[in-house]
Amino acid sequence: MNLGRVVGRVVATPKDEGFTGSKLLLVQPLDASLRPRGAVLVAADAAGAGAGEIIFYVRGREAAHAFLPAVVPTDAGVTGVIDGIHVIPPPGSAE
Amino acid sequence: MILARVVGNVVATQKHPAYRGFRMMIVQPIDPAGAHAGAEFLAADAVGSGEGERVLVVAEGKSAGDAVRVPGAPLDAAIVAIVDTVDLEGAGGPA
Repeated sequence: MNLGRVVGRVVATPKDEGFTGSKLLLVQPLDASLRPRGAVLVAADAAGAGAGEIIFYVRGREAAHAFLPAVVPTDAGVTGVIDGIHVIPPPGSAE
Repeated sequence: MILARVVGNVVATQKHPAYRGFRMMIVQPIDPAGAHAGAEFLAADAVGSGEGERVLVVAEGKSAGDAVRVPGAPLDAAIVAIVDTVDLEGAGGPA
């Protein structure tokens, strides 16, 4: 799983029927310091996430498992909304 | 999934039987603002997309075959939705 922030959403009318009722979120991947890391991706929402929230997401074939028994044809799914995060500062950092 | 624009398609008569019934599109990855974001690749079309349209592409290996309901197919990318709008701010509201 990876950390990310919800930065928007995508609306698509013609789509695979497996997406019916699911929300498609734009997710900016983050590093452990919550800095943007890499390109924005689109993930189906399995956690009720909203704009600006820090979330975690699953990539790959396993992402679709979040929606079982429904078959959602996705390779990325938001599976958790993060309430708090604690990271041990790396040795030698200012914090 | 990633955002992409359909920039063309290929026709192949001689091909793996698992590809039957799918158009093979050339897609250009884009960022949410529409700027190019990486090299073009081929994706099987499961939703009837056309040239110039923005689409969502499942591009995580085995997920692509699952997405088009042909598990085990030699596919690593599939178009699963045609994008109406990309909203970079408002991820809230009803699904």
